[in-house]
Amino acid sequence: MNFVDFISFSDPTLQKALLGSLFISICAALVGVFTYYQKKSLVGDAVAHSVFPGICMAFIISGTKNPIFLLLGAFIAGWLSIISFDFLLRDKRIKSDAALASVLSVFFGLGILLLNHIQNGGNANQIGLQHFLMGNVAAMSSQDVMTYGLISSFVSLVIILFFPVFKLISFNKDFAHSKGYKVKSIQFLFSSLIVICIAIGINAVGVILMAALLITPASSARWWSNKLERIAILAVLFSVISATIGAYISFSYARMPAGPWMVIILSVIALLSILFSYPKGVIYGMLRRRKAQEKMLVENVLKSFYHIEEREGEELISAVQLANTRSYDGAKLSLALRKLKKRSLVLVSGQNYQLSKEGRAEAKRIIRLHRLWELYLGSKLNFKKDHVHNDAEAIEHIITPEIEKQLIEELGEPEIGLHNDKIPLR
Amino acid sequence: MQSDKLISVHNLSVAYERKTALWSVDFDIPQGVICGVIGPNGSGKSTLLKTIMGLVPPVGGNVKIFDSNLKHVRSRISYVPQRESVDWEFPSSVLDVVLMGRYNPKNLFKRTTKLDKEIALNSLEKVGMLSYKDRQIGQLSGGQQQRVFLARALAQQADLYILDEPFVGIDASTEEAILAVLTELKEQGKSVIIVHHDIHTCSRYFDYIVLLNTRLVAHGWKDEVLTPENLKEAYGSQLTILSEVANELSKSASPIREKSYDDK
Repeated sequence: MNFVDFISFSDPTLQKALLGSLFISICAALVGVFTYYQKKSLVGDAVAHSVFPGICMAFIISGTKNPIFLLLGAFIAGWLSIISFDFLLRDKRIKSDAALASVLSVFFGLGILLLNHIQNGGNANQIGLQHFLMGNVAAMSSQDVMTYGLISSFVSLVIILFFPVFKLISFNKDFAHSKGYKVKSIQFLFSSLIVICIAIGINAVGVILMAALLITPASSARWWSNKLERIAILAVLFSVISATIGAYISFSYARMPAGPWMVIILSVIALLSILFSYPKGVIYGMLRRRKAQEKMLVENVLKSFYHIEEREGEELISAVQLANTRSYDGAKLSLALRKLKKRSLVLVSGQNYQLSKEGRAEAKRIIRLHRLWELYLGSKLNFKKDHVHNDAEAIEHIITPEIEKQLIEELGEPEIGLHNDKIPLR
Repeated sequence: MQSDKLISVHNLSVAYERKTALWSVDFDIPQGVICGVIGPNGSGKSTLLKTIMGLVPPVGGNVKIFDSNLKHVRSRISYVPQRESVDWEFPSSVLDVVLMGRYNPKNLFKRTTKLDKEIALNSLEKVGMLSYKDRQIGQLSGGQQQRVFLARALAQQADLYILDEPFVGIDASTEEAILAVLTELKEQGKSVIIVHHDIHTCSRYFDYIVLLNTRLVAHGWKDEVLTPENLKEAYGSQLTILSEVANELSKSASPIREKSYDDK
């Protein structure tokens, strides 16, 4: 029922809420990509808090909630906060975190003071100013949505047009300067875009959550790609998803605000990105580590087979014999044996196991790599003889055929290892 | 009138982050050389390059490049900043970074063209990095990163190449690759200026040398400059009075030169 209404997009409140949050969040995502990569995320948060007194001042002076006046007030206060921040930083003893914290708290405190003053003043128009604290898209008038929509489309357009320039400056400012770019002007432009974007964005989520709208899309997108252009597109996509779901929730449930829901959805997307993205994600990383450990285990068991053959001269080997060579954990040993059987590297005969032809070749390969590496460390890099074994235990599992070739070239087809053991031929 | 001067620096003084970095430096560099700017740590080498490139304003004095002001000849110069000056975790591929050499400050909205891409690929080939073109820059070794920076400079197709400490923290093969590229540039009649701190490799790398230690110690062809007396003067520590005065200036927030007469 709700869903059908939502899809049909006929309700005027919904239209406003959805359009408003879409415009605002797309703009915030695009500005946020460069805010993130210029390492200005916290500056974004400080500016967001700092625009609040500007809005209150604009209201006190104009006496109306006309969006143009309020925006102008926010813009001026936002810029003042950036200037104060830069001014504080000129003193080398003040670090940027301290400077940001001071600017944020002084400006925001002033804003709360002004808000109290206004609320006690009895101007009937003031109802709704507190929406700027937590945001409320539904409370926006159609005129507000129009104005903010236009401005945020303009900001988005500027970001897209200047994309290569912003990219260049985010990566290497000195180089851009040396090419003759007017770096200061471009940074002034970008800072202005941040301030405008924030001044608009607080309508949706309020000053307190604004930094999330700005930074979360970019910081989620960076898990998925190593290309700035793709990161920007993904950030916009994430914002569209969160704005749509946020608007749907606030439309379907009474007294559910869209803004905080947008931030929650964005946070969920961020969490999912951290966990499930490929190949940087946490879970993929865990899988990879597990796979590597399994490979090591299987290869070590294979080696144990070969060592027993070499030492005792018998091919039929029991699990107990294997377990004794390296004190394997029982469960792990049977896991390794299962894997080896599956790959036909080990054959079963009754209670005992024996290497297949392929298994023996594979075991030889690993031991060969082990002894080549020991020889390389000992003879070429002058490692102490009694230090090389442990290194080789780890390295034998990761040496590629290319590296093996290089080792052989370096060592000249050796047959005898560092500990006078035989290096098996291929 | 065409002269054979690549750069002439006249009475140049620079204060960087409130500390005097260069005292009244005068020298010329001829065209078509590989010139090393040499000196110990904190001797103002990088500051000199930054001043030449207009990144740091001088307190007094001036610099002429190709007998002209920097702003008229910017497009003929390419600058390679120190490798550590950027964040290599930035989401870009090798080719992306080299293409930045093709960006044009006169047209901010222009995207790179097919021709730009060809030039960029060609530059990557010259530094032996073509097979890495799609690699994320964060995955490169220090030497590879330096080669990417050099390729970006080559893509600018300039007449003068200015490199800040390109030989720091690189492998032997990168050193060879860089030297080969520089030699080729010289053969084409281009000029190269390199900031370098290691005196042992100087005579192998450079033809012409500017020896600094916050003031000019010597400049000229390498055999004239690399004398034991000059090196002792630059790398020894008898500059204590000058640095003490610099400290006093910084403490009292005084200018190192009265605003004056000579800047034209």
